[in-house]
Amino acid sequence: MALDPATIHRIAKLARIRIEDWQAAQLEQELNGILGWIEQLNEVDVEGVEPLTGGAQMAMKMRDDVVTDGNIRDLVLANAPEREGVFYAVPKVVE
Amino acid sequence: MMAGSSMFDLTLAQARAALRARKISAADLTNAYLGAIEALNPELNAYITVTPELARAQAAAADAALARGEHAPLTGIPLAIKDLFCTEGVRTTAGSRILSNFVPPYESTVSGNLLRDGAVFLGKANLDEFAMGSSNMTSAYGAVTNPWSQPGGNARLVPGGSSGGSAAAVAARLALGATATDTGGSIRQPASFCGLAGIKPTYGRCSRWGVVAFASSLDQAGPIARNAEDCAILLGSMAGHDPKDSTSADVAVPDFAAACARGVRGLRIGVPREYRMDGMPPEIEALWQRGLGWLRAEGAEIVDVSLPHTKYGLATYYIVAPAEASSNLARYDGVRFGLREAGADLTELYEATRASGFGAEVKRRILIGTYVLSAGYYDAYYLRAQKVRALILQDFTRAFHDVDALVTPTTPSAAFAQGEKMDDPIKMYLNDVFTVPANMAGVPGMSIPAGLDDAGLPLGLQVLGRPFDEQTVFAVAATLERAAGFTALPSMRAGVRA
Repeated sequence: MALDPATIHRIAKLARIRIEDWQAAQLEQELNGILGWIEQLNEVDVEGVEPLTGGAQMAMKMRDDVVTDGNIRDLVLANAPEREGVFYAVPKVVE
Repeated sequence: MMAGSSMFDLTLAQARAALRARKISAADLTNAYLGAIEALNPELNAYITVTPELARAQAAAADAALARGEHAPLTGIPLAIKDLFCTEGVRTTAGSRILSNFVPPYESTVSGNLLRDGAVFLGKANLDEFAMGSSNMTSAYGAVTNPWSQPGGNARLVPGGSSGGSAAAVAARLALGATATDTGGSIRQPASFCGLAGIKPTYGRCSRWGVVAFASSLDQAGPIARNAEDCAILLGSMAGHDPKDSTSADVAVPDFAAACARGVRGLRIGVPREYRMDGMPPEIEALWQRGLGWLRAEGAEIVDVSLPHTKYGLATYYIVAPAEASSNLARYDGVRFGLREAGADLTELYEATRASGFGAEVKRRILIGTYVLSAGYYDAYYLRAQKVRALILQDFTRAFHDVDALVTPTTPSAAFAQGEKMDDPIKMYLNDVFTVPANMAGVPGMSIPAGLDDAGLPLGLQVLGRPFDEQTVFAVAATLERAAGFTALPSMRAGVRA
């Protein structure tokens, strides 16, 4: 399944990365190269194989549902690129 | 008091003994390393950020503790911290422009464990952007130069990646050891390229809390150091259960350093026949055979094994890792922290910020990951890759029924020149062909320097072990290390050109 420029632009939109047309042309070549190489996985017989979702061969631990942290508003906001008082500021979303 | 250059000859274990015996002070040791960084870092670019004041304060605290007769496992030991570990109050970039102004208000668990044990932090080590790369060429803060070069050659070589700054810093003696992370080979490949030891422990052995995430089901922290024993000491401090990481394993941390002395008598060592790749340089094959001979001479039994899905490891990785990365890196949106580029509306702000903040390789991987997870393609790519991943794990599980560890080459070549393999992403990805399967399966893997190639560059052998059996990995690696007697040093290093 080869990617065309329209699909590249659609994926970039989904990923919220602005790309120019010249970049789309270059990405088309690079991504199709990578996806073509990945096609080799179609040779593998995966019939009846359960997908492996994680890196650890162990059950997740349960923990108590309690607050263990908090009251650090200023630390949380300290790296904000733009603030309005104790809020993050962004361009107007709702008219 | 010791002369400057001989101070650099001490390994971490030796420096620790000298500190405890009060033969050297933490202040002198730290100042020597800071001086070396000042002299050599402009050429090597191993550190993105150097923290001399912090280091001197930590060294002073270490000397005060030592004067009271108190010492923790790493009291006064100067280290480099890969700039992927969040460090409280010290800028943490992940090698990306998008985090160029990010100062974490918290300490990662692993770096916090090292501080708990008395370590001194010299600064933050360079890396491929978001740990995505095998050459350290993708860092927004410039390439790292390998302190090794071909005798007589002018080409600047890559230190490997993504932990290229960590490896270059330790090899050039700009740190006694370093933290690193490994998602597909990012500890083992740079360790091999720089003539060092490096271990990626079992997935879950070290907490991922506070480590900038790349591919969460594969990422694992570990040390790079001069030898197996130094790695064992560092891993002993870095490892341990952390309730803040739900994938952190609640298992005891054994004495890794003691395991280095165990030897290999009676062990069954597997040689996976699928790692004998077409086009592999004959000298790597010869080094591998030599390594197996050393183990046989020390009483191990060498056994042929098969890991039939080895050849699919890389393709599987290049679905799973970008998929997880596309999700993890969604957080960089220009709103809560990091870079922000202006936009007329919120969507434009996101798109402009991410276009300007991420480099080319990171964008490629986010786009691949977005595509393989998108509606209509999920089953064909991501689900299939997860099933192949299960088969790769099954290969290892079956092999470890029969053998105690596996020994393979670490990389299919020695360090290459800066700028090489940059035109073709797949060529670059092939660097990790021997290291990626361990991440897919979550098993521990270590690279140990075993010899030089014909051009005088270091080559490593890799030891893979059962989950949570790093002790056997250390036993095998330390045996290889003793037999190899690897004493070669890079031409560019502190004490020589500093």
